Amino acid sequence: MEPRLENIRSILATDCGSTTTKAILIERDDAPAAGGAGGFRLVVRGEAPTTVEAPFEDVTRGVLNAVREVEELAGRRILDGDRILTPRRGDEGVDLYVSTSSAGGGLQMMVSGLVLQMTGESAQRAALGAGAIVMDVIALNDGRRPYEKIRRLRQLRPDMILLSGGTDGGDTRRVVEMAEILAAADPKARLGAGYELPVIFAGNQDAVPMVRECLESRTALSVVPNLRPTLERENLRPARDAIHELFMEHVMAHAPGYKKLMTWSPVPIMPTPGAVGIIIEKIAKRDGIAVVGVDIGGATTDVFSVFREVFNRTVSANLGMSYSVSNVLAEAGIDNILRWVPFEVEEVDLRNRIKNKMIRPTTIPHTLEDLVIEQAIAREALRLAFEQHKELARGMVGIQTERTISDVFDQTASGATLVNLLDLGLLVGSGGVLSHAPRRAQAALMMIDAFVPEGLTHLAVDSIFMAPQLGVLSTVHEEAATQVFERDCLIRLGAVLAPIGTGKPGQSCVTVELASPGAAPVTRRVPFGELVLLPLPGTATSRLTAIPERGFDLGAGKGKALSADVLGGVVGLIVDTRGRRPFALPPAPAERIARLRAWNAALDLYGREV
Amino acid sequence: MSIHAYTPGLRVTDYARLRRERRLPLKGTVLVERGATVEADTVVARTELPGNVQTVNVAAKLTLDPARVPSALTVPLRAAVKKGDVIARGKSLFGLVQNKVEAPVDGTIESVSAVTGQLILREPPIPVEINAYVRGTVAEVLPGEGVLVETDAAFLQGIFGIGGETFGPLAIAASSPDEELAAARLEPGHRGKVVVGGSYVSHATLQRAIELGVAAVVVGGFDDRDLRQLLGRDLGVAITGSEDIGLTLVLTEGFGRIRMAERTWRLLMSHDGDQASVSGATQIRAGVMRPEILIPRAPLAAGAARAASTGLEIGSLLRVIRQPYFGRIAHVVELPPELQRLDSEAMVRVMLVEFADDQSRAVVPRANVELIEK
Repeated sequence: MEPRLENIRSILATDCGSTTTKAILIERDDAPAAGGAGGFRLVVRGEAPTTVEAPFEDVTRGVLNAVREVEELAGRRILDGDRILTPRRGDEGVDLYVSTSSAGGGLQMMVSGLVLQMTGESAQRAALGAGAIVMDVIALNDGRRPYEKIRRLRQLRPDMILLSGGTDGGDTRRVVEMAEILAAADPKARLGAGYELPVIFAGNQDAVPMVRECLESRTALSVVPNLRPTLERENLRPARDAIHELFMEHVMAHAPGYKKLMTWSPVPIMPTPGAVGIIIEKIAKRDGIAVVGVDIGGATTDVFSVFREVFNRTVSANLGMSYSVSNVLAEAGIDNILRWVPFEVEEVDLRNRIKNKMIRPTTIPHTLEDLVIEQAIAREALRLAFEQHKELARGMVGIQTERTISDVFDQTASGATLVNLLDLGLLVGSGGVLSHAPRRAQAALMMIDAFVPEGLTHLAVDSIFMAPQLGVLSTVHEEAATQVFERDCLIRLGAVLAPIGTGKPGQSCVTVELASPGAAPVTRRVPFGELVLLPLPGTATSRLTAIPERGFDLGAGKGKALSADVLGGVVGLIVDTRGRRPFALPPAPAERIARLRAWNAALDLYGREV
Repeated sequence: MSIHAYTPGLRVTDYARLRRERRLPLKGTVLVERGATVEADTVVARTELPGNVQTVNVAAKLTLDPARVPSALTVPLRAAVKKGDVIARGKSLFGLVQNKVEAPVDGTIESVSAVTGQLILREPPIPVEINAYVRGTVAEVLPGEGVLVETDAAFLQGIFGIGGETFGPLAIAASSPDEELAAARLEPGHRGKVVVGGSYVSHATLQRAIELGVAAVVVGGFDDRDLRQLLGRDLGVAITGSEDIGLTLVLTEGFGRIRMAERTWRLLMSHDGDQASVSGATQIRAGVMRPEILIPRAPLAAGAARAASTGLEIGSLLRVIRQPYFGRIAHVVELPPELQRLDSEAMVRVMLVEFADDQSRAVVPRANVELIEK
């Protein structure tokens, strides 16, 4: 039963990630200490490894472990044995419990279409848009023999399959052939052997009776309208909605322990990316700015953007810091990772380190060198995820995407991407490697290096990674979520000022004047090829005037001055004259290492030289 | 992290009763009955997979309107054809040029579309058999699909593997758990065997093993650089088991040169010469799957099965699984509740451990150890 909002004083929220389960305790303080703000505040946070895997195979174990840590730190009882005490009685229990989840590496799907580049791609976009990881796309023309497809379907054990293919009114035989392959594979679901695998059919509607005959007896079949009703038109919404519904109904309900977890909360368990998206949209709307948010997890990296009031979300499956860390290496290449490491490291050693993280995904960096390497990998994961976002954001505008016949053959959509870095007002980072970076400047530079912002862009991180919990909380208790978000969650780092253009090291680039309340104005000429940090007051707003040299542009035009208010932040204003369009690191290793070390020193990035 | 939280280790046990499912990819015939004794190579079920499908764009080859393609066929639907047989004819350029289409492979004409002008030719069926994989008894028959084989065995999980299922006698080819498996130790007699090395195998040695026809190699570590060379690509996501590299490789410790854990080494040594079944299939995500080595043996008396895991506590034996102490064995001395600052400056839960080899002590993050399961 959902408690009345006005009675809620104590809230427990968890996020079951693919590697770690995080719990936060939020309480209302009606009698704050002198100078303190009343209302809802974060009290403590606890965490424990997620326990979806053997030998536990019960997500609630990880939740209880994380809550026990909250109990220890808060010094009060919340659990009654293996149960959350609700509502609060005196100093025990909480009034509301909510949770999000991406445990088990999120929703893992296989999709199929007839032609890889047509319905296969449409099906993939439908699944990605719904927040899934697409493990494989199976199509008649994918170059594999039917028995190889069958073997693959069995081997991968997906959570769900999206079957598409054919335009309405077209040939049904080949659509049925794909259904037959699926039936022959008789794939079993990954989590919980005792239930039928959910299969969504979103193909040629004329084939529905035959597909039913083929699959209804052996899978949990749902039929929705064709996601590609004609060659020129996509209709992805019904398939996406079905994916969301089945995720709750089947996958979550059968994931180890979730049935129990669902009974603990009056609010449906929300997929983590969905909850983070809610928060990003709220910031953009509240401040009237373009926002990019990124959540880099263990298995996936999610990128959210709001440009020109249009919200877009992409899930970069297989780009992440633990389960998917090796795929970052595979996709970025070893040289792209090595370029961010400010010391000599043998390729053999780096490769082995990355693979060892992959096979033991819950470990954390112990040495500073290990941390630096992990942050180098994070830069590439973030960069690749943002590249994918920019690509997919074009075609994801609105619910239905109309495509011309020429787009069918040229799958890079024609419209300009919505993502315009000069318009970007705020870049928010979330996820362990950003939120838990031992120094905030490390998070700032990781985001700058990966996203390469242009002009003036504010930077922030989710302090201790609680955007998912606050996202789901905001659906039931907006006031509590907003208050905690502003006071305890969003840590403003400051801003980055990056002129567009390139030059030679040492050449004049930009002159920055910064006037902060209570401090003497600062004027600084910054040559090309530098990173310079100017302190900003913690909360007050400073006035910035920046005059670029001829040939450099801050958004107002080449050589034209930019004036703007800059919000305070814990890192400060980073003036980045390392070049844009293109941004490039020196190719010679010795010079590159020297530059990286100088930049790290300029931001006081690490406690000692690495 | 709370004291209740720890990373469970891999199973390495002298005795376990295990079941392995043997299923056909398609319905077929089960060849054994419940209770039957099977060897690893006993064929337990058989079927025929439909042949590969080839598409032939007849409309394009004959420059015909797709609607006219069905009438251009020179052989009826369902007819068997040989490679090179003429299957369609047409005329173009006002009847001046005669065109023909030949079957690209042996097969049967399955269908032809008047919408796309494509013809589908199905190749002959492919016979498929599955074996028992491990010596044991048939515990259950899945009608038309396969069986469950039950075995009493010594059981070892690896951390990572590549290649599919195989079996053969165990052959120890290193003198100690920290010795590299040397190419010189491999000999023609290792053909069909499961060769156990020590800490490491190089790409060159693995190539030698493949040339000799070794069934599987079990070692402590391997370089990722060599893995890339072996597979011809970077392995992105840890989902393996279907690689066709000529043998199965199981790593017991990880990537790099890492001494094989003493318990693992001793258990494998004690079964030198015994028949083992090995699978390299690994999936690292929820529902994790690790590579395995099963060595069938006589059953133990009831009650001798392994004790339940007790969790992390003072005295627990563990292995450090990250630098700078990667691979070292230690026991827990202290579990301080408060967060501590690491060299990386991160504040985390830690433990004080004492290493087994030199009795030195170190502070390590709790996240960076795994329990050694008994």
